[in-house]
Amino acid sequence: MLLKGKVWKYGENINTDVILPGRWCHLYLEEDLAKHCLEDLDPDFVKKASPGDIIVAGKNFGCGSSREIAPLAIKAAKVSCVIAPSFARIFYRNAINLGFPIFESDECYQKAETGDILEVDIATGVIANLTKNQKYSSTPFPEFMRMIIQKGGLKGYVLERMKNKT
Amino acid sequence: MGMTITEKILASHCGKSKVTPGEIINAKVDLAMANELSAQLAIKEFDDWGMSKIFDSNKVALIPDHFTPNKDITSANIAKKVREFAWKHNIKFYIEQGRAGIEHAVMAERGMILPGEVLIGGDSHSTTCGAMGCFAAGVGSSDIAYAWAVGEIWLKVPSSMKIILKGKLKNWVSGKDIILHIIKEISVDGATYMAMEFTGSGVSQLNMADRFTMSNMSTEAGAKNGIFSVDDETLQYVRNTERYKLEKPEFKIYESDFDAKYEIEKEYDMSVIEPQVACPFSPGNVKPLSDVEKLPIDAVIIGTCTNGWIEDMRRAAAIFKGRKVHPKVRVIVIPGSTLIQKQAIQEGLAEIFIESGCVFSTSTCGPCIGGHMGVLAEKERCVSTTNRNFVGRMGHPSSEVYLANPAVAAASAILGRIASPEEL
Ligand code: SF4
Repeated sequence: MLLKGKVWKYGENINTDVILPGRWCHLYLEEDLAKHCLEDLDPDFVKKASPGDIIVAGKNFGCGSSREIAPLAIKAAKVSCVIAPSFARIFYRNAINLGFPIFESDECYQKAETGDILEVDIATGVIANLTKNQKYSSTPFPEFMRMIIQKGGLKGYVLERMKNKT
Repeated sequence: MGMTITEKILASHCGKSKVTPGEIINAKVDLAMANELSAQLAIKEFDDWGMSKIFDSNKVALIPDHFTPNKDITSANIAKKVREFAWKHNIKFYIEQGRAGIEHAVMAERGMILPGEVLIGGDSHSTTCGAMGCFAAGVGSSDIAYAWAVGEIWLKVPSSMKIILKGKLKNWVSGKDIILHIIKEISVDGATYMAMEFTGSGVSQLNMADRFTMSNMSTEAGAKNGIFSVDDETLQYVRNTERYKLEKPEFKIYESDFDAKYEIEKEYDMSVIEPQVACPFSPGNVKPLSDVEKLPIDAVIIGTCTNGWIEDMRRAAAIFKGRKVHPKVRVIVIPGSTLIQKQAIQEGLAEIFIESGCVFSTSTCGPCIGGHMGVLAEKERCVSTTNRNFVGRMGHPSSEVYLANPAVAAASAILGRIASPEEL
């Protein structure tokens, strides 16, 4: 499967408080969360981004709080994936558990710019920059995590486990 | 090759004699905790997945603390949902507002979690209880729902970072300063995916409050868990908890082998560390107090899950005693839990705070997340003993938070500017 969209680029250590501020932490439905995605980082993000767009950011993306509504808000805002050199650990596992694609690529962060069009191959993790005519690689996921992503997140995995139990 | 304390605990929870860093395991969970916010999403997922039974209702804790006592109708509805879920599933560790406090303090002081066990919490500061010699890590809501359903968590076994502490603490220096100094040195992603293990001859002079603060903030360096070995201080703390006294539960004490493998080893001489301050807008933007500009401040927060332990209350009260809060400053003191609040009253600390001009609050996360009970206005500046100072963390996005230890926060409250207790 290919993900294609326009890049919105941000810096390093983007924390979950700016992705989905504490004042909205009572929300949990996707349609509500989508409206506040990245609100304290880039208040216009929701207005200017189109479905399928891609967030490219610096290292340690998603640091801070464990709030799963942070990746959920990004997913709900119809962003197709996030690419960063590294992710904070709870954000990383939350994204996998939600079946939301993330990719670790330092090269992409170094070279891609806001406005570039990227095409990401989920299976291989290869990122094609159609604007600059470049290709970047990303760190492959361990097999267990790939399996969870393939099942659409933890839900698919849990349902299968429960079925096998009974 | 030996194993670290973290590896031993994880191995014992997945039925293996040995685990290695990088390996993915399914570990049995001794306690799966959520606050009302992470619980809300976890409950939705649990129900959406069609789950009807909790794997073991004695191994679940639900502690509403972020917007309690409830801020508005929305937060009241959330708390209601969580309460009803707890009642329906007969959750052993559901504790109501007014009897609980902030999740991490409550789990520790009630003995909900014990040395050698595995705790996962729907809150990033779930690392706090690692100070008791258990594996304690923060996770998201899906993980909590999964643990409620099957009693397990998928984990990548972390590699370990050994932090060797030596030397005696200087005056006015506490665990807060040591961990801030470490975060500055290794940076806010210096321990990402790793276990931070605090060890060395210096540990014996850190009281439980210091250790809890350090494990609490290990997450600020990206760590998966922040763990201390069990010593007499830990055992005394554990034996004093309500659950231990009532149930006399058994627990296991693990220690790292002498030939355990560490990815990184760091040594710190605590005797050369002075009070530290994390300046806006990152817990890694740390400077020694003497290098920080003595800017005027509007507010001070002392307490919460980072520094709301009884020892912290005593440290702050020692400064406030016989002194008045600066007329232009508002101070809120928030004990970590109701039990700590009660003890502060019994020891006469509450009276000192109120005499001095502080709000002595019920235990809540409130101001720490800019939620309620003390939100910062535009461009206000606050000295806080909490653990995060991100943009907008405690209120308006233009407000500024300086993180410090309780003595420094109290001294700043009195002088109306960032200040050292030495100046009083
Ligand atoms: S006091 Fe602050 S850091 Fe601690 S659990 Fe509450 S919101 Fe989180």
